[in-house]
Amino acid sequence: MNVLLAFVAAGLFGCSVYMILSRHLVRVVLGLSLLTTAVNLVVFQAARSRATQPPIIPESATRLEGAADPVPQALILTAIVIGFALTVALAALVLRSWHASGTLLTTPSRPADTGDPAAPGGRT
Amino acid sequence: MTATWEAGYTVWPVVIPLVAAACTMLIRRRGARRWVMEAAVLLTVVAAVTLLVRVTAGGTMVMKFGGWGAPFGITFVADSVGALLTATAGVVALAVAVFARADIRARRRNAGFDPLFLGMLAAVNGAFLTGDIFNLYVWFELMLVTAIGLMTIDRRRDQIDGALRYAPMSMMGATFILVGIALLFGEAGTLDMAHLATVLGGRPPSMAVTASGFLLLAGFALKAGMFPLFFWLPASYHTAPIPVTAALAGLLTKVAFYAMLRVLVTVFGYGAGGALPGAQLLLAILAGATMLVAVLAAIAQVDVRRLLSFHVLGQVAYLVMALAVASFAGITAAIFYTVHTMLVQTGLFLAAGAMQRASGSHDLRAAGGLIREHPYFTGLFAVLALSMSGVPPLSGFWAKFLVFEAALDAGTVASTFLVVIALVTGVLTLYSMSLLWLRAFWNPRRVGHAGRRPIPRAMLAGVGIIVACTIGIGIAVDPILGLSRAAAAQLVGHERSATAVDGSAEVVP
Repeated sequence: MNVLLAFVAAGLFGCSVYMILSRHLVRVVLGLSLLTTAVNLVVFQAARSRATQPPIIPESATRLEGAADPVPQALILTAIVIGFALTVALAALVLRSWHASGTLLTTPSRPADTGDPAAPGGRT
Repeated sequence: MTATWEAGYTVWPVVIPLVAAACTMLIRRRGARRWVMEAAVLLTVVAAVTLLVRVTAGGTMVMKFGGWGAPFGITFVADSVGALLTATAGVVALAVAVFARADIRARRRNAGFDPLFLGMLAAVNGAFLTGDIFNLYVWFELMLVTAIGLMTIDRRRDQIDGALRYAPMSMMGATFILVGIALLFGEAGTLDMAHLATVLGGRPPSMAVTASGFLLLAGFALKAGMFPLFFWLPASYHTAPIPVTAALAGLLTKVAFYAMLRVLVTVFGYGAGGALPGAQLLLAILAGATMLVAVLAAIAQVDVRRLLSFHVLGQVAYLVMALAVASFAGITAAIFYTVHTMLVQTGLFLAAGAMQRASGSHDLRAAGGLIREHPYFTGLFAVLALSMSGVPPLSGFWAKFLVFEAALDAGTVASTFLVVIALVTGVLTLYSMSLLWLRAFWNPRRVGHAGRRPIPRAMLAGVGIIVACTIGIGIAVDPILGLSRAAAAQLVGHERSATAVDGSAEVVP
């Protein structure tokens, strides 16, 4: 199971990096969204969540045995929310950019460069 | 109960701006909103300075949320580093808020400048004060979201374009950090930084810990704007309004450097052998490359904001150089330099805003003659430029002096080589600032309008706050140096803060 998950995570990372490197902004957004998913899988796996028993202490017991660790679940939940918020913010930016420039491609000359086209490091 | 109330001081620098951010979102009247923002920033400064005084007098303060101790709950730990940098961030925010009175007008206020700025301040302070590594990541993300909002506040095409370069890169950096945290949690089973240090310190370094350390290093290096991954910064910072750029330059990259310092030194025991083989050499190479690239690129710029953006990178490189030395003196120098550069970078960008107001353009080719038109402002700018170049008796001189001294004392080949590069960079920095000085201040204006344009008093006051700080630190070095030493001692010998957090773990059932 762990090996399978590791390969899935690796595949997701590869796909997302491929998409982020695209010239098309929507693909970049989708790639980043995929990247957060891949990271969540890594968090899940790194925490070695093997047990499926809920982490609730039964009555008459004082110790919890063999239960799933709730912390990685809390971490993933937080990471999902943050990833969602950032993806939405980025999508809004892309929409704005599309309204303003009429293109979704990262063309060689962009408005942020016009101040000084000869500047080194100004292009991404 | 009293103890809890005492520890409450650690959360005020985060709670005040967060609550005020929520309030400013609800207030409809622009004037009232501005007053709430300014009052909140002032209160935050007071809270941060109070915290610094208390931490200096009484040692590290720990706040355990919900009474849950180290391995289970989230803690806020105010030690000397955190408190010192929180206070500095407060001063930076104050200068920006004062300057913004003249520069952030109705449209930008209505677009949400006040809540976004307060949110960013809360995130910065949260990152400085948290003791939990996952919580640190969350504050980084809050910083990113508010920075995107602030950067695109005019909704201009170039701003959206700038944000589209900044945001994906920064999200990638956050991903590195999160994967690093995940591996660390899998290995150690805890997220509390002091507790992590104790757990990792007691066992031989494993592959996962090493991988996690380098992933975290890569993430923080990207966010700090270091060599191979720096290009997003000068491509985006200059598009934002000047107070925003000043705040971003003064706060965000420095928070990233602080996180690097805290995580590498405290958690991974960097410098004392430890789990990160070769990290020192890597940082030295990256610092040297960043310095040279940044300063050479800065010389080629004619837009003041871009020129200063490259200098932001150059100054971060000095911080990393101090960290690469890794001795006690090096870490002391890094902390002192962080305080200095947070102030001076903000001041320089604010001064660039005032220059734009006086000459009508950010382009140096259109500027000139400011020394005759605005002699007082020229004086303020000169102090900042000299402080950044490292001329005595300003804070920049001491900062550079400490870094060089630490690097020479270390005596390794890498650190000696770094000193040579840093000296060359220093000369080139002085050259770049002299070019700026000649073009904008000394030479007469060749194109553009005739006659004098006034600089609003609020702008001068904003720059003046920073100038007063850099002169003050330069003359009275001892208090800040003493604090930096105490902070470095706490970072390196983390046993004290570890026991401070662990001591309460027995409370947990």
